[in-house]
Amino acid sequence: MSEHALGARGALASPEPIRARLPRVNLSQYRRFISPLVIVLLWQAASMAGLISPRTLAAPTTILASAWELVLSGELPRHLLVSLGRVASGLAIGVTTGAALALVAGLSRLGEEVVDAPMQMLRTLPFLALVPLFILWFGIGETPKIALVALGSAFPVYLTLFAGIRGVDPKLMEAGKVFGLDRRGLVRHVVLPAALPSGLVGLRYALGSAWLSLVIAEQINATAGIGFLINDARDFLRTDVIVVGLLVYALLGLSADALVRAFERRALAWRPSLVKG
Amino acid sequence: MSDNRAVSVRSLTRRFGTNTVLNALDLELEPGSFTALLGRSGSGKSTLLRTLAGLDPAPADAEIRVPASVAVAFQEPRLLPWKKVWQNVTIGLPGSGAKARAERALAEVGLNRHTEAWPATLSGGEAQRTALARALVREPRLLLLDEPFAALDALTRIRMHALVLDLWRVHTPTTLIVTHDVDEAVLLADRVLVLDAGRIAADIPVEMPRPRSHGDSRFVALRRRLLSELGVEAEVIREAA
Repeated sequence: MSEHALGARGALASPEPIRARLPRVNLSQYRRFISPLVIVLLWQAASMAGLISPRTLAAPTTILASAWELVLSGELPRHLLVSLGRVASGLAIGVTTGAALALVAGLSRLGEEVVDAPMQMLRTLPFLALVPLFILWFGIGETPKIALVALGSAFPVYLTLFAGIRGVDPKLMEAGKVFGLDRRGLVRHVVLPAALPSGLVGLRYALGSAWLSLVIAEQINATAGIGFLINDARDFLRTDVIVVGLLVYALLGLSADALVRAFERRALAWRPSLVKG
Repeated sequence: MSDNRAVSVRSLTRRFGTNTVLNALDLELEPGSFTALLGRSGSGKSTLLRTLAGLDPAPADAEIRVPASVAVAFQEPRLLPWKKVWQNVTIGLPGSGAKARAERALAEVGLNRHTEAWPATLSGGEAQRTALARALVREPRLLLLDEPFAALDALTRIRMHALVLDLWRVHTPTTLIVTHDVDEAVLLADRVLVLDAGRIAADIPVEMPRPRSHGDSRFVALRRRLLSELGVEAEVIREAA
């Protein structure tokens, strides 16, 4: 750009710098959404022109209408609650177990020897491959579904929390000791707060893993839940309902992640990156 | 206590592998005295301080007596980043009234406006003053300072020297500062010890009224003597001056 153009723009912008700047910021924010929007519009146009058969993929407007219908009829909320229940119970079991094992392995040498080796071996197993075994052990009811979610979420929590506990700055431990903290005090005031950031990263991984487990688990002979909604729609070639189910999975994953991040902002308010804000 | 020694160490030997860091060291500190411990890196001065602080195990054949209440300030402030400034000061203190005590200690080091701040927002000097408040709030009879000002900028260090002297006058703990800075030792202490080859190689009283000035001829003479004790050649001293 020539100096002239720069000078002219600067002169124009200077009397009302705020009004001149605001729209530009907004544009760059919204620019990211332009290409997805164009894709959806093209998709809609192709559907209306008959280029995409509804059996292959329903039109966006059809999907929206179906979603609205499913909400109004109470069908979507009912299945959503079932799926949420499975994830909540699975996560509660998985996160508790993972955290407890990490504490045992992280806080004592004996615990590490007993717990860590089997955990490291088990984590190399792709846990979704355990589905056939789980069906044999737990049947096809709720148990294998919750167990799969629990298994998927336990490992990320275990691995990150264990690493966090072992990564505590020994200089802080020493300071804690000098200033009179006993073992319990050290764990409570030094070890656990130091391990929390890494544990929360693990929790976010665990949530991702939990949704993935749920998707797989709900393919096992489910009679309710978002997965059932999707499978049922498949039998009737309802691609619109299938896409609604997929969108719900995506929204659930996003909101769970947002929840953990909101908790992080509160619990880790001391971190330098957050302190300045 | 049967005698009036605040700190008494007899025949303390510490070895790391084949390396003898402290060799049958004897040390006695008067109650309420301010002593500086000088030495080259690796001379064992930090090991001695850590043994007095109870951070390194004392060997069975050594005789070590320290007061019941000992507090340490390290080279790094070592504040817990997830605890507010006042909570860092009260760490390990039992029970009620701890916050009020922390606030008093923080006021003494000039940080009363930062009691609710996170350590990450403090400057290096402020963090080190918090560490001093954390040591003082315990009313220690022995205050151990392990190169506490080495990481601070020169101006902050000057202020910290004045602060430490003020606090020492008010609270009168027996104070031992480990440093490799000869000027710091002469400015602050009543007595300077030079540690070499695991023993106290020199034990020099500092008989100068405070506040002391670098320009004082006694200061210059003492500084030169200590530098030569530390093995810095006379020509180097002259050139630097």
